Amino acid sequence: MTAARLLKVASKSILKNKMRTLLTMLGIIIGVGAVIIMVAIGQGAQSRIEEQIQNLGTNMIVITGGTSSSGGVSHGSGSYNRLKVKDADFIAQESVLLSGVTPVVTTFTQAVGGTGNWRTLINGVGVDYEYIRALTLFDGSFFDQTDVRQMKKVAVLAWTVAENLFPDGDAVGQQIRLRNVPFMIIGVLNPKGQTASGTDQDDQILAPYTTVQTRLRGRSFISQILVNTSTPNDIPAAEAEIAILLRESHGLAEWEENDFTIKNQTELAEAAQGTTEVMTLLLAAIASISLLVGGIGIMNIMLVSVTERTREIGIRMAVGARGSDVLTQFLIESIVMSVFGGALGVLVGFAGSMLLSRLMGWGTEVAPDIVAIAIIFSAAVGIFFGFYPARKAAALNPIDALRYE
Amino acid sequence: MQEEKKTVIETSSITKVYATGGTEVHALAGVDFHVDEGEFVAIMGASGSGKSTLMNIVGCLDYPTSGTYLLDGIEVNTLGCNALADIRNQKIGFVFQGFNLLARTSALENVELPLLYDRSGSKFNPKKRALEALEMVGLADRTGHHPNELSGGQQQRVAIARALVTHPSLLLADEPTGNLDSKTSVDVFGLFQELNAKGITIVVVTHEPGVIQYVKRVVELTDGRVVRDESQTPRSAAEDLERILVEKGFTERDEELRGKESVLDENKLTV
Repeated sequence: MTAARLLKVASKSILKNKMRTLLTMLGIIIGVGAVIIMVAIGQGAQSRIEEQIQNLGTNMIVITGGTSSSGGVSHGSGSYNRLKVKDADFIAQESVLLSGVTPVVTTFTQAVGGTGNWRTLINGVGVDYEYIRALTLFDGSFFDQTDVRQMKKVAVLAWTVAENLFPDGDAVGQQIRLRNVPFMIIGVLNPKGQTASGTDQDDQILAPYTTVQTRLRGRSFISQILVNTSTPNDIPAAEAEIAILLRESHGLAEWEENDFTIKNQTELAEAAQGTTEVMTLLLAAIASISLLVGGIGIMNIMLVSVTERTREIGIRMAVGARGSDVLTQFLIESIVMSVFGGALGVLVGFAGSMLLSRLMGWGTEVAPDIVAIAIIFSAAVGIFFGFYPARKAAALNPIDALRYE
Repeated sequence: MQEEKKTVIETSSITKVYATGGTEVHALAGVDFHVDEGEFVAIMGASGSGKSTLMNIVGCLDYPTSGTYLLDGIEVNTLGCNALADIRNQKIGFVFQGFNLLARTSALENVELPLLYDRSGSKFNPKKRALEALEMVGLADRTGHHPNELSGGQQQRVAIARALVTHPSLLLADEPTGNLDSKTSVDVFGLFQELNAKGITIVVVTHEPGVIQYVKRVVELTDGRVVRDESQTPRSAAEDLERILVEKGFTERDEELRGKESVLDENKLTV
């Protein structure tokens, strides 16, 4: 029989029992729809979490000094520091992959002002720092390029410092003294909480690195250079780029080792992504169970259909149908049913995902490849669960089949 | 005298043993059966005589336990399932007691069915051939009707058309009139005679003595053996049918007239 003829015969017998066909397909429709909705929720959650991780600054790369050793005793990372502000400037100028670059000059000191004094970390940074660390301001503003260039004595307090020195919340506009240098407070940051290792990220004061270097530290070397890329995918390439630029900037010969260290935080991103991937998989697995149940529904109804049409099978065999012809006929029936159900399920999945994001405000993302996967998978369900009934039909003895009442 | 006729069926010492529950049942105990082209044979016998078993083997639906069976010169008993299906498709046309038409499928599509499984690769228009077959059985005006819209006799004619559509070597009918009244039975045998006159070989399995008179040869089976094999001069079914129709015609016309009168009476009443 030709393919068109087979399809015609299949659709004819499917349409004979419309209600039954609809109920059978409903299993597949719900199954495929559920898989698509669940995966959409999972992927929506994933991209949301990725967004949040990016806000934490995971695209961030930290450049610190190299290591030195004396007499076989290593002094640890950053012990041999040759990083300078000009390195940061060079990277900022030459790099194509980085979206933000800032030098970081660190020192500890006693901050005096407001209601008392507080020993804290002073971070001298550039304007990009706000963006790289994804900082948000509770009050006031961050310093700008002019402040940095003119070495203005301005400071932005992180939450813990502001809370301790200015419990009334009126820090902005007041003065604090750092190593007897008066700084004008121009902003207060929103709290960021602790890092994974337990460091309070809110216990610091930010000031232009130029000011910190000249007024507080008096050294030309800087502690770190912080940079970031716009997407996590760029990180490996950006690291390579930084290495090349820094080697050039430091004039290193080919045989010399790097006198700096480059680190990123992809581990955190990977862990978080792994979690959401597992969640998506879990949701899909749960939804697949309904697809499986739908497949069993198809198998059940095909078995009923084979029994009902035993006589028809006998007639077909008597007039010359081979076992393979009968097998194909029933297999195509179950495939048509499951693929059609799958296609409707895709529509249900799309509609359901849209409805969910409208009503519940959940971000959902229907990936185009999931549609193809759903259709292929439902066809596979049709083949898998249609095969046993079809084989049963094909194995019938024509004499018994003809005699069947 | 006359040129040698082609042999359609030739079985030699065919046996069939059914083993059911430890006991062996010998349905056929060595049957030698021979049918030439153009014959019109009835296989008779009481139930249990083995005629259905012989019919199944002759119809290539079943294998004999031993013995050989040549259909159109092909040794059928050695063929596999698929080859047997092709033989059924190409060489045999089946007519069954219960018509065995596909429900909710038009007469034309029913007749077309064997052509859909034709693997011989002969290129023709199945619809045209199905129409020709329906024309041959006198149902050219019923092509679009579904089986439930046709009378028993018409359904059997569709089944005969389906059997003929592949131009088989053999038309095999299993109790073709079992579900039909006597008038329609005569009608169907009239059609068989007509087709036989065109050269189609027909083998009918039946236990109705009434229709035996229309065949050219009667083979009787008892306990799996051929006990009678006689040729005879058949009665004309067409003439019988005419006679029945004439007799029935009178009564029908009477009924019709009576019906009209009553309608007239009703009309009078309403007027």
